[in-house]
Amino acid sequence: MGALQSSPGQPEYVDLAEKTGFSLEQIRVLHKRFKQLSHNEDTLRREHFNGIPDLACNPIRSQIIEAFFDKRNFRQNGEGTVEEIGFEEFLVVMSHFKPPKLHVTEEQRESIRKEKLRFLFNMHDTDNDGTITLEEYRHVVEELLSHSEALEKNTAKCIADAAMLEVASISMGHMEPDEFYEGITFEHFLKLLNGFEIESRMNIRFLYMDTVNLCK
Amino acid sequence: MSPRTGSHSPAGIGRSLAERGLLLLVVLVLLEGSVLPLGAASSPDISHQENVDNHKVAKEGHNFTKKPFPVLDLDYEHIRIPFEISLWVLLASLMKLGFHLIPRLSGIVPESCLLITVGLLVGGLIKLAGEKVPPVMNSKFFFLILLPPIILDAGYFLPIRPFMENLGTILMFAVVGTLWNAFFVGGLLYAVCQIQPGNPNIIHSLELLPCLLFGSIISAVDPVAVLAVFEEIHINELLHILVFGESLLNDAVTVVLYHLFEEYSGQGTVTVMDGFLGVISFLVVALGGVLVGAIYGILSAFTSRFTSHTRVIEPLFVFVYSYMAYLSAEMFHLSGIMALIACGAVMKPYVEANISHKSHTTIKYFLKMWSSVSETLIFIFLGVATVDGPHAWNWTFVTVTVILCLVARVIGVVGLTYMINKFRIVKLTTKDQFIIAYGGLRGAIAFSLGFLLDKDHFAMREMFLTAIITVIFFTVFVQGMTIKPLVELLAVKKKQEAKRTINEEIHIQFLDHLLTGIEDICGHYGHHHWKDKLNRFNKKYIKKCLIAGERSKEPQLIAFYHKMEMKQAIELVESGGGVKLPSAVPSTVSMQNIQPKKPPPAKPVERALPQLPKGREEEIRKILRSNLQRTRQRLRSYNRHTLVADPYEDGLGDLLLKKQKMIELEKKIKDMNNYLTVPAAPPDSPTMCRARLASDPQAYSMKPDTDSVPTIHVDLASPQSPDSVNLMDEFRRAGQQQRQQKEDEDQGLMMKPPSAPSRPKKPGEADADRDQQKLMRCLSDPGPSADEDEDEPFLP
Repeated sequence: MGALQSSPGQPEYVDLAEKTGFSLEQIRVLHKRFKQLSHNEDTLRREHFNGIPDLACNPIRSQIIEAFFDKRNFRQNGEGTVEEIGFEEFLVVMSHFKPPKLHVTEEQRESIRKEKLRFLFNMHDTDNDGTITLEEYRHVVEELLSHSEALEKNTAKCIADAAMLEVASISMGHMEPDEFYEGITFEHFLKLLNGFEIESRMNIRFLYMDTVNLCK
Repeated sequence: MSPRTGSHSPAGIGRSLAERGLLLLVVLVLLEGSVLPLGAASSPDISHQENVDNHKVAKEGHNFTKKPFPVLDLDYEHIRIPFEISLWVLLASLMKLGFHLIPRLSGIVPESCLLITVGLLVGGLIKLAGEKVPPVMNSKFFFLILLPPIILDAGYFLPIRPFMENLGTILMFAVVGTLWNAFFVGGLLYAVCQIQPGNPNIIHSLELLPCLLFGSIISAVDPVAVLAVFEEIHINELLHILVFGESLLNDAVTVVLYHLFEEYSGQGTVTVMDGFLGVISFLVVALGGVLVGAIYGILSAFTSRFTSHTRVIEPLFVFVYSYMAYLSAEMFHLSGIMALIACGAVMKPYVEANISHKSHTTIKYFLKMWSSVSETLIFIFLGVATVDGPHAWNWTFVTVTVILCLVARVIGVVGLTYMINKFRIVKLTTKDQFIIAYGGLRGAIAFSLGFLLDKDHFAMREMFLTAIITVIFFTVFVQGMTIKPLVELLAVKKKQEAKRTINEEIHIQFLDHLLTGIEDICGHYGHHHWKDKLNRFNKKYIKKCLIAGERSKEPQLIAFYHKMEMKQAIELVESGGGVKLPSAVPSTVSMQNIQPKKPPPAKPVERALPQLPKGREEEIRKILRSNLQRTRQRLRSYNRHTLVADPYEDGLGDLLLKKQKMIELEKKIKDMNNYLTVPAAPPDSPTMCRARLASDPQAYSMKPDTDSVPTIHVDLASPQSPDSVNLMDEFRRAGQQQRQQKEDEDQGLMMKPPSAPSRPKKPGEADADRDQQKLMRCLSDPGPSADEDEDEPFLP
């Protein structure tokens, strides 16, 4: 047999490619990045994410990092969080941001849409109970506004309340004055963001990831 | 059956009568316009003659009998030019009115077609009357007066986000597409002209360069025509911005090509050096135009920072700076359109943050008005100029031009999309490509550019003009009329009419940050990374300079939220307060439904309702009263330069201060544990509410409430809208708690009259009640100067 030119781990890439839908080239580049982030270890932990300087000025940093360690995003119907993730989980989480292909059927588009919205939902629903309560939503808005200085805590609360009211109005319609709206379930979330073209917005270009840029 | 028809017919007759009246008016205007010049042609001579006679008379010392003093005189020359301009504008506006009165017509035929037809008619009328058709399509007039309002309107209201996201695609279409079109059409035209067999045709003398010049004129997609047609078909945002953006940005290419070929058409050759210079020139023209526009935009934004005391002239700055940007760019032969777009787009976010709401409305409506009139005039003049212009019809040339334009467009779009789709996340489908190709309309800019050509250098000028007009007519009539049914047929996605909700806004922001974060994790400096960097730079440095006061630190979400609240408050007031809000989702969900339930209140005895400290109470009263004062302030004296003091007009700084106070008030009241949900009383009619407010505090009589608990219902969780209008509306809606949904966000203090004093009051509560009543009394304060004795017991 001649010398195998392929880099080690190539057959795994094929598996991963099938599983996540990335191309081999993209998986290779992402693997490089994974190794870089984890300092050549096999698993990533939260501290590794904290080491990324650009991420520091992101207001929702902690939620993004949490999303990587959230078992619900691993597509294995798990729940809860883990402390460290391997490359496969990293890829699976990243695959939520792949753009849909050019020719997709309506059901495929719908399922892609649901998947992306599910990711967002999981990011908001921090206690894993399947609904986004008012407190959680308030937390989301507070985090979003956390990087602006002139902010009163009340404004975030007001905005969150207004938003929640809107969800309730859209989803529930009629409510008696003494009924209580528990929280946003996933169906309500879907209904809420119905007009929001998430399948075209929530995408990253994985095409051109220059390895030069990865030296950080 | 008959009584019904009987009742319909008077109304029907009435309507057709009004329409007939309008048509009559239009005809009169037309006749006046065409006849007056005829009649007046003779009068100047007469009046001139009279003057000469009078002078002669005066000189000769009154030897002759004096002529009788002219009581009524006709001097048309005096006012001719402004009068004719006004007449044209009036005609244009009446046409616009007229089209919308005829119901079915405006659905089938786009307005632009109708207007061109009217122009043809008017031109024909004038020609029939024997008069010389006024040179309305004067290029200078077109480019300096008619075109800027339309472009400014487009640029100021350009949706920045989709524009920036698709900038690459738009630039490809604009630059490469236009170049391809120009060379394809020009080159093939030349070839066709040369291969004419047999009979000597006049077009044989056509050189290559004039052909290329013609190609470059005819290949530019026209923003006016695109706007006019696309506005009526309501396609989705992406396609709209692609075609429209292309029509705006190809101006730079057109300018360069036009000048290049015009310059060298005399010489007859274009060398490689010239081509290279042309490329450099293109960069200079495009980037220079954008730079000039951006500079003026920043100047305008900076100026608007200081206009808080002279709100009346705020819109003027926007208009004048933009127009100067356009003129400055045109002075250097840079792309005026790009300058105007850049100016509008750059200044808008900062100006919007600085100016008052009224100025915002003024700017919006003035721009829309001017651009609408301009567009109408352009199309009418196009029709008139068609009748007028010297035409040289050449079957070969014209038909080949039309066919080549279509073919070039289709090939260009398909080819470019193939290349672009490799780089796009959201690919363009075949349907999209078809609409983009079909939407490439030509319009008045092409005609004006052709008109500018010098007759001496271009012997074929008339032929060019004829061909240009034919292409314009073809695209506007055929493509314009059929695009709507085609859009329906192909089921192209339409524009989403829904307003942006706060949830969507939250998620847009959230997604932005999320995607930036993911890009950072991937280590990939993409689209979002740079956008985020730009935003941060903007927030840190630029906003501080250009936005006045506290608004400079306001994050976008909060600005959006305030804007939404303001809009709802205004809507509420405009709809009369008592009428049900035309909202998207009628529902009875209110704030109380989403608040987690507090533990059930303790028995009334144990609940000690502490009094508000006197100082705090006074403060509350002052705030509330001053707000009410402002809403009730009558206009004391008429002054042309000041606006009515208006509740909407408060500087936002004041509002934020008040908001602070309100929030502190809430905190205080929260301590009183007054938060209770109360089943709402049946809503009062608006007149009842107003009556209650207007006059006598005593009129705040008890409503037959079913509740049995004291009722300061302060909605703690509701956002404090500092808008005093909301406060006033509170009372109108005091009885309308059923219709909550969006209104709840605006409710701050919701006061309800205490329940009937049938229930024996405990002493502690009596005080609290009195306080509440005192508060309510000051809320129903009838006038600014009434300083009531607060200690007077309210209840008899």
